[in-house]
Amino acid sequence: MWKGWILLGVLSAALTAFMPSFTGYEIGDTATDFKLKNVDGKSVSLGDYKDAKGFILVFDCNTCPYSKAYNSRIIALNDKYVSKGYPLIAINASDNSSPGESSDDNINKAKKHSYKFPYLTDETQEIARAYGATNTPHVFVLNRSRQGFRVAYIGTIDDNARNPDNVTRRFVEDAVDALLSEKEVPVKKTKAIGCTIKWKPA
Amino acid sequence: MPTPSQNILLAVLLVITSTGTQTQEVNLVSVEQLQKAIIEDESKIQVINFWATWCAPCVKEMPLFEKLHLSDGRVHVRLVSMDMDLDPNPVKVMAFVRRKKLLSEVLILNEKNPPNGWIDRIEKTWSGALPATLIVNNRNGKRRFIERQLQEGELEKLIDEVNK
Repeated sequence: MWKGWILLGVLSAALTAFMPSFTGYEIGDTATDFKLKNVDGKSVSLGDYKDAKGFILVFDCNTCPYSKAYNSRIIALNDKYVSKGYPLIAINASDNSSPGESSDDNINKAKKHSYKFPYLTDETQEIARAYGATNTPHVFVLNRSRQGFRVAYIGTIDDNARNPDNVTRRFVEDAVDALLSEKEVPVKKTKAIGCTIKWKPA
Repeated sequence: MPTPSQNILLAVLLVITSTGTQTQEVNLVSVEQLQKAIIEDESKIQVINFWATWCAPCVKEMPLFEKLHLSDGRVHVRLVSMDMDLDPNPVKVMAFVRRKKLLSEVLILNEKNPPNGWIDRIEKTWSGALPATLIVNNRNGKRRFIERQLQEGELEKLIDEVNK
């Protein structure tokens, strides 16, 4: 009997030691589908898009100055790529009890900017954790494969948060353009300073 | 509404007051300068907090660093503002430092969003999200990196860990 308890102890110690090192998806991983509530009250899943070649998934929020700086660029990404088979889906995974981040705030933002793409609420934050989203806006470009949607790019939208006119590298556009022409994605991962996703207290 | 000339006057006045009554110097640094500053001092444990004026959790945890700076002579606290990444205006940061009467050393990182640039050079596991805190003991090479808002008592625990 006591051997069982020791084994259980070792196992749980191993598990807790392992858990914090889980950092979400890497390039090439198959991304999980989800069922999250949109601003119109309906649920949205990747599986709903039968004709999509892939997705531009953006973990975003309402109050972050980086999200504000990138808002028009996020809208432009959907405008450019929805007809090419890579629709954009925005997800707010912030703790919805933090100021400005409730479902109602999401509805207001989508209305104000006439979003033509879903703006979903990841209420349990499970999808943000599964993907390994950390900041906002944090982009995951997904590409359809036989096994499901594979992660083709993770990171920031471009190389100049301050000023769209001074951008020299458009990482997300470069990634989707490469997928469209069946070429290798030139830069697969980038990092940028940004707001942390506001996690719910553990 | 102030006229454009009034706006310019206001801006000039702000610069004068911000440099005139400043309680402490706030320096702009490059990544190279910051890296060098972190690794060259073996006499103290280096505590580097990355923050920005717009970052609510950063502002919330700031008193913990101020308290540490005042109470623990073994550590060198640096509060590194990342504001310039989004808005190249150090006056805003200086006004914040003055308003909050910060006593720890404050630096402004004079860099902006890179294509896979300097974030990895500070810490490989850092996603770039703020706040983030790096604790380094150059005597034994131990370091800790935390990418979230810290709670009361956590800093002391981390310092003990690198001091062992």
